[in-house]
Amino acid sequence: MVQVRVPTPLRKYTGGSGAVEADGSTVAALVNDLDRRYPGLKDRICDESGQVRRFVNIFVNGEDIRFLQQLDTALEAGDELSIVPAIAGGR
Amino acid sequence: MSYVTGLRCRECGAETPVAPLHVCETCFGPLEVVYDYAAVRRVLTRELIESRPRNLWRYRELLPIDGEPQVGLHSGMTPLVRADRLAAALGVDELWVKDDSVNHPTFSYKDRVVSVAISKAMEFGFDTVSCASTGNLANSVSAHAARAGLHCYIFIPDDLEQGKVIGSTIYGPRAIAVRGNYDDVNRLCSEVADKYGWAFVNINVRPYYTEGAKTYGFEVAEQLGWTLPQHIVVPTAGGTILPKVAKAFQELQTLGLVRGDFKIYSAQAAGCAPVVQALHKKTDLISPVKPQTIAKSIAIGNPADGFYVLKAVRESGGWGEAVTDREIVDGIRLLARTEGIFTEPAGGTTVAVTKKLIDQGRIPRNESIVISVTGNGYKTLEAVLDTVEQPYRIPARLSDFDALYAQLTEHERAATAG
Repeated sequence: MVQVRVPTPLRKYTGGSGAVEADGSTVAALVNDLDRRYPGLKDRICDESGQVRRFVNIFVNGEDIRFLQQLDTALEAGDELSIVPAIAGGR
Repeated sequence: MSYVTGLRCRECGAETPVAPLHVCETCFGPLEVVYDYAAVRRVLTRELIESRPRNLWRYRELLPIDGEPQVGLHSGMTPLVRADRLAAALGVDELWVKDDSVNHPTFSYKDRVVSVAISKAMEFGFDTVSCASTGNLANSVSAHAARAGLHCYIFIPDDLEQGKVIGSTIYGPRAIAVRGNYDDVNRLCSEVADKYGWAFVNINVRPYYTEGAKTYGFEVAEQLGWTLPQHIVVPTAGGTILPKVAKAFQELQTLGLVRGDFKIYSAQAAGCAPVVQALHKKTDLISPVKPQTIAKSIAIGNPADGFYVLKAVRESGGWGEAVTDREIVDGIRLLARTEGIFTEPAGGTTVAVTKKLIDQGRIPRNESIVISVTGNGYKTLEAVLDTVEQPYRIPARLSDFDALYAQLTEHERAATAG
């Protein structure tokens, strides 16, 4: 199982929980599994074409998946995945 | 009274009432403050603005607070300096420097956004303010929180310059140094903000915070005699200030308060130029980068508002450029030696990019140009330490100075003759 951190705007789909578990050998598979467990979640994370929405960032073990293999990034049991709304700096 | 009617998602257009929220519940797009411009137009005049105290609250009808401002009563209204010696060096006719290196109280443009964010946070009833920052923002949040008597937590990367660290801790916030870079700090903070219910100025209070950046643009227009500059060059990090300067100019146009039209240009360091790369590739897709530049205050590899920088630049007919660290240091020195203004690497970037755009013919030499200086060089001495001349060391004896003076003037004569 992969540990998934869920931001506030998505917790209405997870019964208010900020940390859930899901399965999948890649990020794409995990998002599909999340949607099976918490229907509607995928639409919030991905746009109509299946790509991650412009203002959603996904991190695997702290690394932005855009620096990895995007939705094809491989996952293993015990990995931690964070879904984070993009926030601009102000440094 | 406030002329704000609510918040609207910049992506999908969904509306929501005023609240400490920064992302759209539907699509995660950023929320933006909406004003009733028709009502503002009925009350706001040039004369009314000019009659008010010289701080950023003179434009309060276009700022998102309901009651009296709580902080920032001395922030803003920084000098717009006519820069004739720099103009001569760059070969242009009319050049101005908008100088937020002397903003009150912490010497950067952040005093604008933080004044608005903390005033709004106090209206919402928060007793703790916070931010993710590498320097200027943490300095400003710490100072304004001290002045307002609020609890304050600042989150910074653990490898910062001492000046930027002490420039925050002197004001007594709880300072948390996080192992990692700014993007790591930012990500942690978005999770902390979720959990602890504080006012993070650049996260959950962000829609109000960013509105404060408009005052930079309002002031430029007012100080040019209610005329827009034909060209303005603005540094880009997370993407806050550039779209808000453009918005400020457009609001003044909507309200019939200014003459003229503008083109806006984005300045980035070559070691962290995701927005300029997207501009040059003519794409909307901004690929994040791992920053490698001395311009740390603008080294954001994952700029959330970068898309809106692209939009504002393109709509205005402007452009963007990136410059090397060497050019950035040269820009800092050039501004110091022609205009007596000492800026940080972000400002050196803007000067160097302006030079590049002029040399490329993107900015014509005979039109009005504003360079945006947003931070102060005294905070980032490390950036120029290796390139400035060291003082001549002599004993306290006139004969030693005489010898040195003769040597120096001999060098100058030789240089002139050569």
